[in-house]
Amino acid sequence: MSDTTTARPADALRADDTPPEQTSSGTVRRVGGVTGWVDDRTGGAKGVNYLLRKVFPDHWSFMLGEIAMYSLIICLITGAFLTFWFVPSMGLITYDGSYVPMQGVLMSEAYASTLHISFDIKGGLLIRQMHHWAALMFIAAITVHMLRVFFTGAFRKPRELNWVIGTVLALLAIIEGFAGYSLPDDLLSGTGLRATQGFILTVPVVGSYIAFALFGGDFPGELIIPRLYAVHVLLLPAILVGLFIVHIVMVAVNKHTQYPGPGKTNDNVVGYRVMPVYAAKAGGFFFLVFGVTALLAAVAQINAVWVHGPYDPSAVTAGAQPDWYMWFSDGALRLLPGWLEFVVFGFTFSLNIALGSIVLLPLIYVVLGIYPFVERWVTGDTREHHLLDRPRNAPVRTGLGMAAITFYTILALACVNDIIAIKTGMSINDLTNTFRVSLFLLPPLVFWITKRIALSLQRRDRDTVLHGRETGIVIRTPDGRFYERHEPLDEYTRWKLVSFESHAPLELEPATDANGVARKGARKDRVRAALSRFYFTDRVEPVTPAELAAAHHHGEEHEQLEVPAVATEQRITSGQH
Amino acid sequence: MADANHPSDYDADAYEREVGTAVSLDTGDHVGDGGLPERFENPGLPAHQPRMADLDDGAAKRAERQVATLFGISVVGTLGFLVAYFAVPTDARMFFPGLGDVSTSNFLLGVTLALSLLGIGAGAIHWAKTLMPDVEEIELRHPMRSAPEDREKFGDIVLGGGETAQLTRRPLLKYSMGGALGLFAIPLLVQLVGSLGPFDQPFRRLATTFWDGHEVDGDGNPIFVRPRLMRDPQNTPVRPEEVPIGSVFHIQPEGLLDLESHILEEKAKASVVLMRLNPSDFVSEKARDWGYEGIVAYSKICTHVGCPVGLYEQHTHHLLCPCHQSTFDVTDDCKVIFGPAKRALPQLKITVDDEGYLVADQPFQEPVGPSFWERERL
Ligand code: HEM
Ligand code: FES
Repeated sequence: MSDTTTARPADALRADDTPPEQTSSGTVRRVGGVTGWVDDRTGGAKGVNYLLRKVFPDHWSFMLGEIAMYSLIICLITGAFLTFWFVPSMGLITYDGSYVPMQGVLMSEAYASTLHISFDIKGGLLIRQMHHWAALMFIAAITVHMLRVFFTGAFRKPRELNWVIGTVLALLAIIEGFAGYSLPDDLLSGTGLRATQGFILTVPVVGSYIAFALFGGDFPGELIIPRLYAVHVLLLPAILVGLFIVHIVMVAVNKHTQYPGPGKTNDNVVGYRVMPVYAAKAGGFFFLVFGVTALLAAVAQINAVWVHGPYDPSAVTAGAQPDWYMWFSDGALRLLPGWLEFVVFGFTFSLNIALGSIVLLPLIYVVLGIYPFVERWVTGDTREHHLLDRPRNAPVRTGLGMAAITFYTILALACVNDIIAIKTGMSINDLTNTFRVSLFLLPPLVFWITKRIALSLQRRDRDTVLHGRETGIVIRTPDGRFYERHEPLDEYTRWKLVSFESHAPLELEPATDANGVARKGARKDRVRAALSRFYFTDRVEPVTPAELAAAHHHGEEHEQLEVPAVATEQRITSGQH
Repeated sequence: MADANHPSDYDADAYEREVGTAVSLDTGDHVGDGGLPERFENPGLPAHQPRMADLDDGAAKRAERQVATLFGISVVGTLGFLVAYFAVPTDARMFFPGLGDVSTSNFLLGVTLALSLLGIGAGAIHWAKTLMPDVEEIELRHPMRSAPEDREKFGDIVLGGGETAQLTRRPLLKYSMGGALGLFAIPLLVQLVGSLGPFDQPFRRLATTFWDGHEVDGDGNPIFVRPRLMRDPQNTPVRPEEVPIGSVFHIQPEGLLDLESHILEEKAKASVVLMRLNPSDFVSEKARDWGYEGIVAYSKICTHVGCPVGLYEQHTHHLLCPCHQSTFDVTDDCKVIFGPAKRALPQLKITVDDEGYLVADQPFQEPVGPSFWERERL
């Protein structure tokens, strides 16, 4: 027998290949010509089905990340428009456009083209203002989104990775914002670049080399704006979009967290399917965010670059502030005293500048990035967490978060100290000194207050579970005593108040083993135990059924108004010292 | 695996075993149970509450009409935008209550675009809320980690891959590949960083200004020519008698404002403020010596991060930098009396030339502007 006589199906490579099964493309085609066509070539239906059927939990705070996502997209769209008219050049020309006050002024092409977009391109000002508003919204949304993730403990395993990606996104976002802000080459943005060059010069040893590398020589030079342009429209957007896609894919892979509540457990997701509910809600929400951006651009002027004129290193205007997300750094520069600059062996260390800029910025993001790992080490918790914490149920974490917000806010307010001074009539020196002291005093104070508030909210929750909801109905007994009627909670409401975990502090193991030999890592364990005590010594346990039964047994659903229930109070605080 | 030591989240027995309030470090996380035996049970999802539109066909019809109206508003907005785009010229202005004088075109384009977008958004969301299913659904989670077999297989594939490629058996391959991969990025980095420059002692350029002289001698050193102090932007020389007490002038060195290129780079270092005080106001001898009959010239570039020190308070004789409020005392060598800057503003020694114009008697004797590493070494 020769080979040619062996009948072989045309679609098999080798003789013993089994012929592929016919796809049921008939059904696929019924879905629609295009989808069928695509599926015939990709087999994507299964994956897409899965995505469209995914369940997402619903809560307003989950929209914060969405706002960030949509404003990023709006930035990309409007930014692409702007590139068609903006000229990223520092070459000097004489302005002859339609904005009369600037006619005849020598300015860079970057600034002139920004004026051109604002005054001569129809709708150009709208697009410019939408771009700027969307950028501000983007950074604000990321920040608030991050706070949501922090205060609810959404960063815990398995989402630490996404937290780190988020931190990088947040850092890149403000750099992207700063780069964009610098492009028009107006007086304010040039002043910002001037300060940036000042920061860079303070880098030990190589500061002047880095500054010359970035600016292509002396400040300002003619290269920084073309370079920032490449960074702003190409490099950072590519990284931002790439990371952001990973971020979203991780949300889908991890499945979204949910707030605790009846029916919600650590191993389910309760919510609505993407198709059709989320597709409509999220798609609609995109249009809302887009529309709000357009409305803002219509009615609220932003970054009126024509007011102060082109950049001139010898000109400055009072009350100059960067965009809000840079305030904290500028504020830190205002608070750091001059004596932090000193000379050692003839070399200058300008800590008064470096600490507020090239140290502060990375430091904040490193601290943010490692927080989940610190907390995980302290709790020793290696389980997955898909149920969010109510902030009150993590009093120390909530306190730390509020302290950090306080610290950041003081720095940011310090950046507008001149404006505050003018508005309040305070002397700027007093104001600055007040800020300096507050920066150290207020965060610990806020930490302490927040923690106390969280603990007392937890106690109130216990009280509500044990004694029911206050009805506001006061009842007078025949012998003249007063009661407020309390109504027992239904089991759904109660579940919200009792379904949390209260961590116990870790206890130190003996530093030496049975033979008196020092145990490895004993010191590290001491630190860990101390931190664990810091986190969990003061704590409130959720009510158990036994306690509730006991409370009922004592007839406490008719709690007396005059006599506090001392016995209960003690049990609540039994976890504390 | 650390996990083996830990009670899984759903392991009720583990809760039971934990009694007491403190737990030992080596077992990791613990959930306090208050020493009490049991916890509440999850009651499950509450019963679903149907919406008006689910029960009442009339309500559903109403919702449908509302959604359609919102979509209609969007269409109106879109058409409005087109009208505004073609009908309103770019330079038209109008008064709008609460906003004042605004660009008509910007206002109308923005509002109509907003309507066009908000209409779609509100319509879609209203539709989802009133007419789309609102029965909550449940999806199960699975632990993130893969099944043990898969993890093992993964390890096998990676290690096995190395083995079949003979990587483990041939260390020479391993090390040479590592070396090559470790080094290949260096040329790219060198090209980038090496070509950014200029790197020929940049700190020297930070320390020279236009006052040092624009022409250079055979060794490349600038030739100092006692340049006149020129008003900025008029570019005219200044006579002492034109400077009354209490006045302040913005100054550039002679020739700078005539430059064809690199004018901003020179201004960023050479800018000077000129003030006249009553000679008896000075507490420092140097101020008088380096000035001319109470007229003094100081670098305008802040020693903090380089903003122009633009504000002069006549009464207190203070120069104030608007960027971070560093305050310099003109009567006392422009030393810092408040704010984040450390160093005094460098003084420019001035005198008058034969024709009676103010000139620099010598260049700045120290680098102007922000601090840098090598500053004190120059
Ligand atoms: C480019 C900026 C960002 C975009 C576009 C973005 C977008 C989103 C979106 C749409 C979600 C899902 C919805 C939600 O939970 O809100 C999400 C979740 C998440 N984001 Fe972001 N985000 C950004 C920045 C950040 C930052 C700065 C952090 C924290 C440092 C962060 C950490 C997280 C985490 C941990 C989740 C999972 C939350 C959960 O499942 O509960 N993201 N992000
Ligand atoms: S630049 Fe002058 S105070 Fe900062």
